[in-house]
Amino acid sequence: MVLLTRKIEFSASHLYHNPDFSAEENRRVFGKCNNPHGHGHNYTLEVTVAGEPDPITGMVLDLRDLKEILEREVMQRMDHRFLNYEVPELAGQIPTCENLARVIWQLLDPKIKQAKLHRVRLYETPDLFADCYRNGTEGADPG
Amino acid sequence: MSSNPQKGTVKIELGRRYHFAASHRLHSPALSEEENCRIYGKCNNPFGHGHNYVVEVLVSGEIDPATGMIANLADLDGFVEREVLDPFDHKSLNEDVAAFDAAVPTTENLCIEIFRRLKTFPNAKLERVRVQETSNNSFEYAGDHGNG
Repeated sequence: MVLLTRKIEFSASHLYHNPDFSAEENRRVFGKCNNPHGHGHNYTLEVTVAGEPDPITGMVLDLRDLKEILEREVMQRMDHRFLNYEVPELAGQIPTCENLARVIWQLLDPKIKQAKLHRVRLYETPDLFADCYRNGTEGADPG
Repeated sequence: MSSNPQKGTVKIELGRRYHFAASHRLHSPALSEEENCRIYGKCNNPFGHGHNYVVEVLVSGEIDPATGMIANLADLDGFVEREVLDPFDHKSLNEDVAAFDAAVPTTENLCIEIFRRLKTFPNAKLERVRVQETSNNSFEYAGDHGNG
């Protein structure tokens, strides 16, 4: 099995706010991320797929197909958007790195057919990221 | 806030990187001077030398639907600050960290020591620790089975 990783970058804004919490509780739990006007990040997304190279093309999957899927499912949905208000898949969820990575996994998994989605790693900043794996698969590959 | 409709199908880990600077000297009292010099090379310099270490900490757990978080970053940051950054940053690993009284402070041993210090984090499960000694060398430890 070979792992192939494609990286893309997008920029988006968000804020953390739970309507079930009091204003004081929102500030305490979410800190600066609770600013009602929102704030933004340059996100870096690494998508890793797993498969055997096709004996004729030598490819695990056609990178053009993966690029198109990432453009359609991630860039068009999320790039230069306000995640809380413009991404319906996040409705009712706090748009943390963990939740956003999971939504991206759920968008990509059914679309990647030639190979199998192995890992989604989403960096919110260079020092903060979330990894998604299929449950039951080994997560401890070298990062 | 609504819970995740596909809970359980995806495993999620939260990764956080921390930075500290420290010095060390690689020298084993079980080896002769010549052997120390041969095995550790420049790292055996008696005055020591330093690195800017990067520590990558990965934790897993269920995402709390009320906060969207596996663990509150302020809690994780505070724990790592107290257990690792405060005792290690701008220190000599050999002289200032008791764990290296008996063990050589290679980054392999440093990685295991950091894992040992962080595995009691109460708010999520520690999956693994990766320590980068330089941009060309990194070490990863996920605990021994049954002991991690």
